[in-house]
Amino acid sequence: MTAPLTSPTSASARSISASIQAPARPPGVWATAATYATRTIKQFIRTPQLLVVNAVTSIMFLLIFRFVFGGAIGTGDVAYVDFLIPALAAVSGLFAGGAVGVAEDMESGLFDRLRSLPIPRPAVLLGRSIADTLLNTWGTVITLVVGVIVGFRVHGGPVAAVGALALCIVFAASFSWLMIFLGLVSGSAQAAQGMSFSVFPLIFVSSAYVPVESMPGWLQPIANNQPVTAMVGAVRALVIGGDTEALLGHSTSWFVVRSLLWSIVILVVFASLSARRFARL
Amino acid sequence: MSPSHPAPARHDGPTIEAIGLRKHYGDVHALDGLDLVAPAGQVTAVLGPNGAGKTTFVKAVATLLRPDAGTLRVAGIDAIAHPEQVRRVIGLAGQNAAVEPALTGRENLVMIARLFGHRGDEARAAADVVLDEIGLTDAGDRAVKTYSGGMRRRLDLGASLVGAPRVLLLDEPTTGLDPRTRIELWESIRSLVRGGTDVLLTTQYLEEADQLADHVVIVDHGKVIATGTPSELKTLAGRDVVEVRVRDGHDLGDVAALLAPLGTEEPHVDEPARRVAIPVERGTAALTDAVRIIGERGIDLDDVGLRRPTLDEVFLTLTGHPAVEALDPETTEPSTHGAPAPHTHGAPA
Ligand SMILES: Nc1ncnc2c1ncn2[C@@H]1O[C@H](COP(=O)(O)OP(=O)(O)OP(=O)(O)O)[C@@H](O)[C@H]1O
Ligand SMILES: [Mg+2]
Repeated sequence: MTAPLTSPTSASARSISASIQAPARPPGVWATAATYATRTIKQFIRTPQLLVVNAVTSIMFLLIFRFVFGGAIGTGDVAYVDFLIPALAAVSGLFAGGAVGVAEDMESGLFDRLRSLPIPRPAVLLGRSIADTLLNTWGTVITLVVGVIVGFRVHGGPVAAVGALALCIVFAASFSWLMIFLGLVSGSAQAAQGMSFSVFPLIFVSSAYVPVESMPGWLQPIANNQPVTAMVGAVRALVIGGDTEALLGHSTSWFVVRSLLWSIVILVVFASLSARRFARL
Repeated sequence: MSPSHPAPARHDGPTIEAIGLRKHYGDVHALDGLDLVAPAGQVTAVLGPNGAGKTTFVKAVATLLRPDAGTLRVAGIDAIAHPEQVRRVIGLAGQNAAVEPALTGRENLVMIARLFGHRGDEARAAADVVLDEIGLTDAGDRAVKTYSGGMRRRLDLGASLVGAPRVLLLDEPTTGLDPRTRIELWESIRSLVRGGTDVLLTTQYLEEADQLADHVVIVDHGKVIATGTPSELKTLAGRDVVEVRVRDGHDLGDVAALLAPLGTEEPHVDEPARRVAIPVERGTAALTDAVRIIGERGIDLDDVGLRRPTLDEVFLTLTGHPAVEALDPETTEPSTHGAPAPHTHGAPA
């Protein structure tokens, strides 16, 4: 297992300073972000636990709601599978392991090394966000494919379908910053895992899995006025098409505009908090 | 986006110069007025027990944390005012081997090379040079998760080098390695030093400082308690001690008298243990002399040996308290019985 011992010849001793020029300029934002994003995606793809477990759990979740809970949840004139799949796609960013990944890189000392390098520091987090968003989009595609297999159909036409997918990507990007922030403040991978669960009320007290009207009266205003309901509503409206005012309570554009505003707010708030936190870890 | 100003100019002063550095976490003074100079062109070892403040100091030098007070210059650059310039001249290998297990050794190095500012081919070429230097060329295309602990450490060391830094910071580079692997890593570090890189390393082992460093700084409770060359410090630590156990207690007096001329102090006689101990200047020579002299007199011995000063004894000598002890500010005052040769407390070379 052991590689050969370095031969301490004077030739090899001089090789570092002789053969490597110190770089002329530090890397820019994109070079930094792309480098860290590439590493994060490779890490995901080459770690079967991440790759397989993530896919299996999200598929399991989908099937349980579709076949176990679905029958008991009344969604009016919309089939439950058409109600459910857009929601899963819209909020998948909140289930992603971004927080844990960030905490792991902090614990391993990688962030210490990165922060000792002549890079624009926030670009590391940008790279993480890009990687998490891409990986999440891949997860969304899996959800949609499995969804179609179990009966999900897009009724709103191809343009609306593309729009819905684009929205899912925007939401994932926005949530990725929330996850980065949780990872940075958690201090350890285990704590990050726990903190990831703290977003569950956001997911469950929304229109994601059950219609808001089925909740107790005091809970409905909360559910109706939080980001996940707006996001889920936007994707759902695009996918279902037809008279969304009648089917979902608001017009498509009402949902889309609100969901985009929420995304921007979440992104701006958590990106700036995270950048500040990362700079002074 | 990248700032286009040129790399900071080389300078002639010390590699690292810290004056009155302070950093506290709540009640813990991790750095408590640390004064330290790492001369240029040398390996400086910061030696200290757990919790002494070694990592905190390395982090301050690496611009990972901002000291509460004091001044800090790295390669002539004010590290508190211009941390971004310091980052262009340092390479850091932290206390944990921060390598990515899912990537190959080469991919790890290329990644860090890019983040140092190397582009495309340049980054790959730098990775190749470093892989060769750390003896991992053959394993370079294997995932790091298949590496042994020693290989990971070497890769981590390599990652700090791909930017050809002027100042290398190594925080406990060999902790957790088995003795053989430790010696291999020492060899890697030595060959780097011959290449002309200034090195600041931390360690808990006197032996490691002895092996690698020209200049040793002993730190405890966030303060420098002694500086000097390894041999100066060993002298300070209390000298080597020759210990003899006689078979017959009646010989104790004779043996003590025989040994007295060899020592730097009066021999210490422990009657119940039938033991004579004497601090000596040059351990091995004194030991052979002792065995010869006692042998010529025909005195029977049960045991004879040479005890080397340990880090614990350095601490005991310098601070009056053992190296491993709960934090207690009262005991941090340096005691006065250190020999005058090396510079003690607050008097950097
Ligand atoms: N982030 C932190 N928060 C609170 N206390 C800290 C923090 N970092 C360090 N300390 C404390 O500061 C002191 C010095 O720690 P430091 O890590 O610098 O020691 P060290 O010499 O590197 O020890 P070791 O040999 O165990 O690595 C310790 O008492 C430690 O508990
Ligand atoms: Mg440490």
